[in-house]
Amino acid sequence: MTNDLSRKDKTLGETLRSQGISRRSFLKFCAATASMMALPPSMIPTIANALEKARRPSVIWLSFQECTGCTESLTRAHTATVESLIFDSISLDYHHTLQAAAGHAAEAAREAAMEENNGKYLLVVDGSIPLDNPGYSTIAGISNYDMLMDTARGAAAIISVGTCAAFGGIPHAKPNPTGAVSVSDIIKDKPIINVPGCPPIPVVITGVLTHFLTFGTIPELDNLGRPKTFYGQSIHDRCYRRPFYDKGLFAETFDDEGARLGWCLYKLGCKGPTSYNACATTKWNGGVSFPIEAGHPCLGCSEPDFWDGGGFYKAISMPTENITKTTIYAAAAGVAVGVAVGATGRMKKASASKAHQKVTIDDLEK
Amino acid sequence: MSDASLPQFNIQIGNDLTWNVQPILHEIRHALRKLLETGESSIIDLRSIPLAPGEEETIIDTLGCGEVHAKLNALGPSEIYETRFTGVWLITHFNEESSIIGRFIEITRFPDILKSQHEDMTIALDQLEQELEHASLSDQNETEAETNT
Repeated sequence: MTNDLSRKDKTLGETLRSQGISRRSFLKFCAATASMMALPPSMIPTIANALEKARRPSVIWLSFQECTGCTESLTRAHTATVESLIFDSISLDYHHTLQAAAGHAAEAAREAAMEENNGKYLLVVDGSIPLDNPGYSTIAGISNYDMLMDTARGAAAIISVGTCAAFGGIPHAKPNPTGAVSVSDIIKDKPIINVPGCPPIPVVITGVLTHFLTFGTIPELDNLGRPKTFYGQSIHDRCYRRPFYDKGLFAETFDDEGARLGWCLYKLGCKGPTSYNACATTKWNGGVSFPIEAGHPCLGCSEPDFWDGGGFYKAISMPTENITKTTIYAAAAGVAVGVAVGATGRMKKASASKAHQKVTIDDLEK
Repeated sequence: MSDASLPQFNIQIGNDLTWNVQPILHEIRHALRKLLETGESSIIDLRSIPLAPGEEETIIDTLGCGEVHAKLNALGPSEIYETRFTGVWLITHFNEESSIIGRFIEITRFPDILKSQHEDMTIALDQLEQELEHASLSDQNETEAETNT
């Protein structure tokens, strides 16, 4: 415990040096971190300076109605050394999937961390919260709602990891049998950072943690509470297949000539134009690829109600006239079609959301 | 499964795809001119730019290899070399599983990461002094032991 406390008092720079990590290694770590956080390389010295002085924040991670995919994503992060350094630089005081303690001991660890770091700890949540019946999801006999309210009270900020915590996700999809809601539907008096995705890209999760660690602030957010660094541009705008869209070259089926030539997957239901995430640049599996590069349309998993968006393989908006002609005009007009399609897609999502009806267990049994 | 039964993809590679190869090469040209005229260095993060399959390789092939090639072993390997365009360096950081965690084009006289760092030199000096002191004490002890015998 004494060692734990003294370790918490150390800055990250001191911790790394005591582990024999050289300044040169630290600079390499900072370069990878800047790249991961999509910051300009000119920020590397600033990051190095801030991380050198950073102290380990306490992190409490609560998992509610979720599939553990978000934790799987994070712990399978490709940049093993860099991720482990970030993990070394936080004090993960409660995570019921990863911690060794169980039962009363686990809950005691959470309570101790809350008391010791009141007002300063980071709360990470994955999974949605059922409001219909508290018994749908409990931990140590405590309902998700009660645990969230209790733990959020002393948090400096909350990170909602995954689409379930950020927007309700799959539990919230029709007919939403548990009355699932997102963290931001319940908590209104704390800064909340939404990191959606099903699951989120691992480096996006650690990028947000690192941003807080580096600058002690929450990153700039969009209108859905997502960090603009990672969610500021649509998949479509950053997609390497975008030029095919602009030229009106589309795959019509998964095995036609267009699919073989790597043409745009818009007509096969790609939600790239209405989805904001970093998949097209950060990519997955160590930067190897992302769904569109593998020949599959984007599902839009980082957007609210993506499960109820009208079908994964249905184009978000079919053009009313010859698409080639339309896109030629669009290219001349500065790719206005992309914007229009995005707006139409959003309208469609909004109407789907409006038509969303809650169905009870009784309804299902009729 | 024979190769013939696998789907054959022929994703087009070249400047017609994302149009990012030529702009990056021109950005390098501007940065090199700035380095010559003002001494100011620049860095381009290749991972922040959407590139189609093969385009990163096209950029790297175009830049080629120059006279200096260095390898680091710091939190996994890193490969650093000056391209055939003097002052333009390609830096690739790998993790311990040999996955790329960062790839940068640095336009500079000498990349910072290759320089010996002040903090490391301070630790090195302490270590060297301790080792010499230890060696000196050992020598002294041995001399005293020989004298006593």
